[in-house]
Amino acid sequence: MNPQSCVHIHKEWDIVGARQLGREMAKEIGFSTVDQARIATAISELARNIYLYADQGKISYEIIYNNSRTGLCLIAEDEGPGISDISQVMEDGFTTSGGLGAGLPGVKRLMDEFEAYSEIGKGTTIKTVKWLR
Amino acid sequence: METKFKRIVLENSDAIVQMWMDNVRNLKDENYTTNIGDELYESTNREFMNVIFTSIQSQGSMEEVEQFSEKIINLGWPLSYITDGLQVFRRVTVDYILSNLDDMDDTEQIKSVFQSVDDWVEPIIRKLVNEYTGNWEQIVSLQRVALQELSAPLIPVMDRITIMPLIGTIDTERAKLIMENLLQGTINHNSEVVLIDITGVPVVDTMVAHHIIQAAEAVHLIGAKCILVGIRPEIAQTIVNLGIDLSDFSTKSSLKKGFMSALEITNRKIVPLEGKSREEQIKNIIDSI
Repeated sequence: MNPQSCVHIHKEWDIVGARQLGREMAKEIGFSTVDQARIATAISELARNIYLYADQGKISYEIIYNNSRTGLCLIAEDEGPGISDISQVMEDGFTTSGGLGAGLPGVKRLMDEFEAYSEIGKGTTIKTVKWLR
Repeated sequence: METKFKRIVLENSDAIVQMWMDNVRNLKDENYTTNIGDELYESTNREFMNVIFTSIQSQGSMEEVEQFSEKIINLGWPLSYITDGLQVFRRVTVDYILSNLDDMDDTEQIKSVFQSVDDWVEPIIRKLVNEYTGNWEQIVSLQRVALQELSAPLIPVMDRITIMPLIGTIDTERAKLIMENLLQGTINHNSEVVLIDITGVPVVDTMVAHHIIQAAEAVHLIGAKCILVGIRPEIAQTIVNLGIDLSDFSTKSSLKKGFMSALEITNRKIVPLEGKSREEQIKNIIDSI
């Protein structure tokens, strides 16, 4: 795929930049305020995961079209330690950092489509889509 | 050798300035400084040249450079104006000196031309860039302080009731500050109820929620009650989507409702002032006639 924009995550403040851009794109496409907040929150979670666990990575944004539907596709990529058991992190309340453990399962509920690939030592890629209703 | 070059440059400063001006004028069109008035641009350029020549003449005096950099910073011109300008000056001057030398094949001599021009220009670049970045650093650090002052205010609105309005993004550092101020303030003001208002928080993700929950629990530990207010509808929906459990906390949609229940908790309520209302007074007057 060919992402239209991309934000690199290095510092904690990059999370703010990432979700600002996501919110703006969502607004442009015509998402409702609630969906804008959902997308911004999802980006916040993904970006924070990158910052917390992988130190650095990037989030790419793309506006996609499918059967006359419009959607915003987010791809979070990092080259961090990877996730050993994806099904485990998708359970509510599972955390290795002392947080709430609602991050990834939360993103899945906030968005419409969710895919995660991870390889130990290589990194993690999470692709998620929100369709315009 | 070096004094010879210097003499060439200083004696022909007008020609060099002219060459430099022509070059820099082209720069103006193709990049940053297009919105600057021609007159100001010309006069600043002239001043820039004066500064450079004064510095060369006086063996690297920095006072003029400092004043000039201050002026450019105040004008808000980009740093690239200075660096590009000095690059052009370097190129023009080297060209000029070389074209005025008799022996063009002497590589040693050419090398020393480059060397001495570099020696003139480099301290100026260093000084100007330092001044410039120093100015930015100062602005950033001032803003950081200003931000910190804004970050976790605590308002004791009335006896035993305290409000903490949160506005803007909450990061780890700020979350710590919120916790500290909240606990310290609760004890200092002897509060029974603390209202945390998140109307101005743009995104509540799991980290922010986690920090707020922790803060509320800590407040509970020191014997006060925490009410979370200002939860906008879209934030309520994302909190539910994220699966964050706030059922242990009292929450209210608005600060007003939160304040009412805080009064209730502290056994108080708002009562209108005693005395008859204006309409009643008028009615009484009419009746008495």
